[in-house]
Amino acid sequence: MRWERRCGPLQRGLAPALQHGAGARSDQLYGLRLRSRSDRGQGNYRKNAFHGAYTARSTLEWSFEEINLSDHYYAPEHLKAFGTISEGAPELGRKFFEYYSAVFAAGALTEREKALIALAVAHTVQCPYCIDAYTTECLQKGSDLEQMTEAVHVACAIRGGASLVHGMQMKEHAAKVGM
Amino acid sequence: MTSTLSSRRAPLADPAAQLATLDASMTGRSTFDEALRGAGWNALTPATLEIFQINLGKLCNMTCRHCHVDAGPDRSDAMMTRETLDACLRALDQTAAHTVDITGGAPELHPEFRYLVAEAHKRGKHVIDRCNLSVLLLPRNAGLAEWLGDRDVEIVASLPHYRQRNTDAQRGDGAFEKSIAALRLLNAAGYGQGDPRRILSLMTNPAGAFLAAPQSSIENEWKTALKRDFGITFDRLLALNNMPISRFLEWLIESGNLDSYMSRLVDGFNPTAITGVMCRNTISISWDGRLFDCDFNQMLDLDAVTARSMTIETFDFAAWQQRDIVTRAHCYGCTAGAGSSCGGATA
Repeated sequence: MRWERRCGPLQRGLAPALQHGAGARSDQLYGLRLRSRSDRGQGNYRKNAFHGAYTARSTLEWSFEEINLSDHYYAPEHLKAFGTISEGAPELGRKFFEYYSAVFAAGALTEREKALIALAVAHTVQCPYCIDAYTTECLQKGSDLEQMTEAVHVACAIRGGASLVHGMQMKEHAAKVGM
Repeated sequence: MTSTLSSRRAPLADPAAQLATLDASMTGRSTFDEALRGAGWNALTPATLEIFQINLGKLCNMTCRHCHVDAGPDRSDAMMTRETLDACLRALDQTAAHTVDITGGAPELHPEFRYLVAEAHKRGKHVIDRCNLSVLLLPRNAGLAEWLGDRDVEIVASLPHYRQRNTDAQRGDGAFEKSIAALRLLNAAGYGQGDPRRILSLMTNPAGAFLAAPQSSIENEWKTALKRDFGITFDRLLALNNMPISRFLEWLIESGNLDSYMSRLVDGFNPTAITGVMCRNTISISWDGRLFDCDFNQMLDLDAVTARSMTIETFDFAAWQQRDIVTRAHCYGCTAGAGSSCGGATA
């Protein structure tokens, strides 16, 4: 099986946890001294996330415990540690990630097309983890900024259109109750 | 547009400074050798020698932001002499290598470029010209595409993307337009139309701190887009990761991407990419006749380690094949994702 097919971008972000988690002692994974993100002098999250410039450390340093120490929502560390979500329900986690990988493998659509769809959906559901992961993934699949921006506009148009088309309901109701 | 590290006397012009920066970025991460051992390789050993890669020098008409050679118009200080070039040919004759891979800089700017091509062709070798495309538009190179075609030379042309934005971002404003003009010129010379004697390969590097796209998954899209938008055809697409050295290393540092890029390379380590890495089947020869395991080690001054010291003048094929390949942190660039080599993906 080809490397690209084994893990999707969200999983790739958490690949260290998946690769090392199974065979590692718990103290290897979770026994490290932790720092909150602000301790590492992080700047603006969005800017750092877009440029992928947050502090990188040993893959073994990322830990579930650290998530508990985050002092705000949407810490970039969550993405790297996503694999630990399986701890509470390993079988469900396994099934989810297998399914996830299968979804993003090339099929009737190419991997690049699927990544662009994911990027658009990420903006629709406004998931910063997904935006981070699929911005990189789109670039790595060969898309450029113009193509990615058009994908985001598709999300924007559908989202805006969805609001506007509800105006039809407004119109009908207004017609019914109005003179 | 950037300028060469050398012309700016930038600290990173010194390969030792690059290695020190790379080593510092690896703190807390597995070394490449540890990753190799984890994959069952106690050492990276040579396979059959297939490719003579000759770097004619650092002179180039372009100054791309990602250049691992620190090549540029001011680098006429580093050019292979005819004597060294003849030593390359004598060494080539000691081996059964089937390919002579000519690189630089822009090798077409070297005064002995045609001599080398002609001699390699005369020996029945497959010759590769690593071409930046725009060099073909220079008046001095009028007719070069046809001349190369007459000698069955494969052109491996750098083109980051089939659209303008990423190409110009990496190679400078106007680079895309010139690349398209040069590709049309190559098509007119019979290149890129399925003729095995006039192979046109395009090589894409990422324009940023991310891995190369899997070449097999994007080749058809590239072919469709270049044909549709510009009427251009080519034979195959190669995708290469950027090595965290030289000017790309400088950009990684300045843009705050070094740590995350190293994470991407280390986390993306793909054991199945090891077998096909280019250092195993290639000898890399620098403009001054030194021998290296690959062009990247060459730029880092990491000379090949053989039982007895040798240059291309004193090349000993048997001793060459018994060496262990020199590895450092940048080697993760060749084993990340789909793998990466001068021949494209390795996995």
